[in-house]
Amino acid sequence: MTLVLEPPVSYSPAPQPAGSDAGILRRPVESTKGFLSWVTTVDHKRLGIMYGCTSMFWFLVGGIEALFIRLQLAAPNSSVVGAVTYNGLFTMHATTMVFLVVMPLSAAFFNYFLPLQLGARDVAFPRMNAFSYWGYLFGGLFIYSSYFLGGFPNGGWFGYAPNTSTTFSPGHGIDFWIFGLQLLGIASTVSAVNFIVTVLNMRAPGMSLFRMPVFAWMTFVASFLMLFAMPIITVALFLLMFDRLFGANFFNVSQGGDPVLWQHLFWLFGHPEVYILVLPAMGIVSEVLPTFARKPLFGYPVVVFSGIAIGFMGWGVWAHHMFAVGLGTVATAAFGVSTMFIAVPTGVKIFNWVGTIWGGAIRFTTAMLFSIGFITTFVIGGLSGVTHSIVSSDTQQTDTYYIVAHFHYVLFGGAVMGLFSGFYYWWPKIFGKMLNERLGKTHWILMTLGTHLTFGPMHIVGLQGQPRRMYRYDAGMGFDFWNLVETIGAFVIALSIAVFLYNVLHTTRKGVKAPADPWDARTIEWMTDNPPKPWNFDVVPTVHSVDEFWHRKYAEDADTHRMKRVATAEEVLAHPAVDPASIHMPSPSYWPLLLAGALTMMAYGFLYKAYPVAGVGVVVLLSSMFGWSLEPSAAPHEDHDDDHDGHALGELVSTSAAGELGTGSAH
Amino acid sequence: MTLIEEAVAPGHDPDHHNDGHASDHGQHLSHDTATGVSNEKLGMWVFLGSECLLFGALIATYLVYRGRSINGPYPKDIYDIPFTSVSSFVLLMSSLTMVLALSAIQRGDNRRLRIWLICTAMLGATFIAGQIYEFTSFIREGLTIKTNLFGSSFYVLTGFHGVHVTLGILMLLSLARLSWSGKITKDNAEAVEIVGLYWHFVDVVWIVIFTVVYLIN
Repeated sequence: MTLVLEPPVSYSPAPQPAGSDAGILRRPVESTKGFLSWVTTVDHKRLGIMYGCTSMFWFLVGGIEALFIRLQLAAPNSSVVGAVTYNGLFTMHATTMVFLVVMPLSAAFFNYFLPLQLGARDVAFPRMNAFSYWGYLFGGLFIYSSYFLGGFPNGGWFGYAPNTSTTFSPGHGIDFWIFGLQLLGIASTVSAVNFIVTVLNMRAPGMSLFRMPVFAWMTFVASFLMLFAMPIITVALFLLMFDRLFGANFFNVSQGGDPVLWQHLFWLFGHPEVYILVLPAMGIVSEVLPTFARKPLFGYPVVVFSGIAIGFMGWGVWAHHMFAVGLGTVATAAFGVSTMFIAVPTGVKIFNWVGTIWGGAIRFTTAMLFSIGFITTFVIGGLSGVTHSIVSSDTQQTDTYYIVAHFHYVLFGGAVMGLFSGFYYWWPKIFGKMLNERLGKTHWILMTLGTHLTFGPMHIVGLQGQPRRMYRYDAGMGFDFWNLVETIGAFVIALSIAVFLYNVLHTTRKGVKAPADPWDARTIEWMTDNPPKPWNFDVVPTVHSVDEFWHRKYAEDADTHRMKRVATAEEVLAHPAVDPASIHMPSPSYWPLLLAGALTMMAYGFLYKAYPVAGVGVVVLLSSMFGWSLEPSAAPHEDHDDDHDGHALGELVSTSAAGELGTGSAH
Repeated sequence: MTLIEEAVAPGHDPDHHNDGHASDHGQHLSHDTATGVSNEKLGMWVFLGSECLLFGALIATYLVYRGRSINGPYPKDIYDIPFTSVSSFVLLMSSLTMVLALSAIQRGDNRRLRIWLICTAMLGATFIAGQIYEFTSFIREGLTIKTNLFGSSFYVLTGFHGVHVTLGILMLLSLARLSWSGKITKDNAEAVEIVGLYWHFVDVVWIVIFTVVYLIN
């Protein structure tokens, strides 16, 4: 009933039993090569790479939009782009960077490393995982197709109603934004369910929740935030959609509709969203610092509990985005206090990271530099964030560049730096080659310089009153010099990204082959090949501590009570030969792609009120769901023909079989 | 989509052959996960957590706009509480038949499973028919989604619930169809349980909606 994996390079084609339950579509043939093998893959590692490549593409697109914004603002009263284009640019820059770059780039790391860190062979629902990716890809392409079909949406990433109603935003731009975000929301919700179940159910023997690496913990917390935040934006977007498409009155002020309702719904999603963006980066930093400081993470349980606390408190601060609305004294005071409070668990984390580095035998690798860069920049952004909790002062800063400075410090200087740290740290694991350290350090210096040049002066012009989202400003208001500096900084950042891309190219062509354990790492994702085999681990390790790998390499010397190396990585990794045929992996499938395609088709159909198109989409959607349900997760194998007959549905409960080898311990 | 899902084992208990010798293929219960709950069932619970927030946001929207319509028809003008109470009762009774369906398959009784599944689906369909009747009579009385805030928030909230019930009916009928071809057995009774979880959730949500929308005025 399960397909047997042959050793890599060539999988034998799956036998196609006549009248198989998967018979609506022939099952794609197992292969590790070729376009089709990527399109139909359900391998979490391949999907991770696909997420990574796609989000890096959008990162460049969003970055180019940012450069145009900065060019427009480089000099007073300039006219590089017009007002309408400018509105489209800042809307798409934010939408892209939030939904198409930082979230999916984190998802790339979740995908690739969560199963590896848990000692699992794949995520809990591999096909749903593939569906999430296709939903993300199509959602992004869908929003960007607006450029060719009437122009970008231009209502800001927050899409404040009723500015986004048909009265003030005619045309289809906002519709593309609404439907695109719905697609992305479905994809995110599905992956949230997937990652939560993976964490709860798929841990290696011995790995209790408090023996999970911190990155896995932060994935877990961020997934819960996604799970609960996405439905709220879904509802908000549905209300707006009903207003725009069917003439409902949710945000129609002349009928008593309340613009503040939109703001509440949006920010009740929007604030947890910023923690969705930053928690994964915090997880990465918590992996990188102990490795390169050669010390265990200082206060592991405290770091984890702080992450959980952020996850809870993140739900109680949303109205600090709305202080200028005039919510009333009690509400503003309460949200001001809760905003001060949420700085506490974040601050605790910062101290733990500093405590981790303190007294360590630090190696300043590129990954380490980016992690240190994350901490310092995030502290600056975090402090300016705390200033927003002072309501009277925040009211002055609302809609100025001070706010722009704040969230770019936490999201670009913070989250993006953390993600780059992850790139340098895990590149050898993913691709088996080391990114060039010299180029990496150049990247880091340029990026640090560029970040502070671009976003630092925004504090100053913001406090002087330069409004955000304005496409031009008059000369002689004190904004000229700093805006020019910001633009130069933006191009320095662009240069740093060019260095990174060159590094990737250089590494791919002539990079040094990565040793088994390039960083003397601590957690179990390193206890397998670089890159790992499709089934991740030949032998799933039994876990005794957070730093399992480290403790297999080092032990306390009885005399000196100091940690002493007792085994090389190769010795730890050595295990008896394993017959790959005994490991059962889920098989590739067309359904995730079809299902995501059907949703996209429905989105176009409803957007243009072309209901036949939407109807076909619905039919494809429902039949894909049926086809999906009836297709066993793993293709039937010839040895198991007796079994698969009449057990198609049984697969849904039973393909748990992903195969396990022996007791799974390397000890 | 969450109805039936694939799973990859976390790798504790191999019910599959190791070392080349075949193991017992009759064992199809996947309790070899870290929590002891199968991925599918846990996935449904987690998904229902997300659904709570979806309905929570819709109900909150309805409550925010309650009594803020600037023109009629208002709720008191058009509600037919006795009618909706009956259809609510019908929906709640479907939870009972759902439990009976699960109990039947857990005893390995496929015939009763089908009877109760179809009963559940019919009760759900009766509720949906009642909703369609209600919507059409409201529209005849002049309340559309465009009329006022009440119309917009009422139709969107109850309509979302109706779509959920409809999807549930599709799942129930699919299960009945699979049971007909012998694909539901005692061993995978959990598929019925998972659909049941969804069905009960949709019922519970209706209790909240019925109270908030119809009874509290």
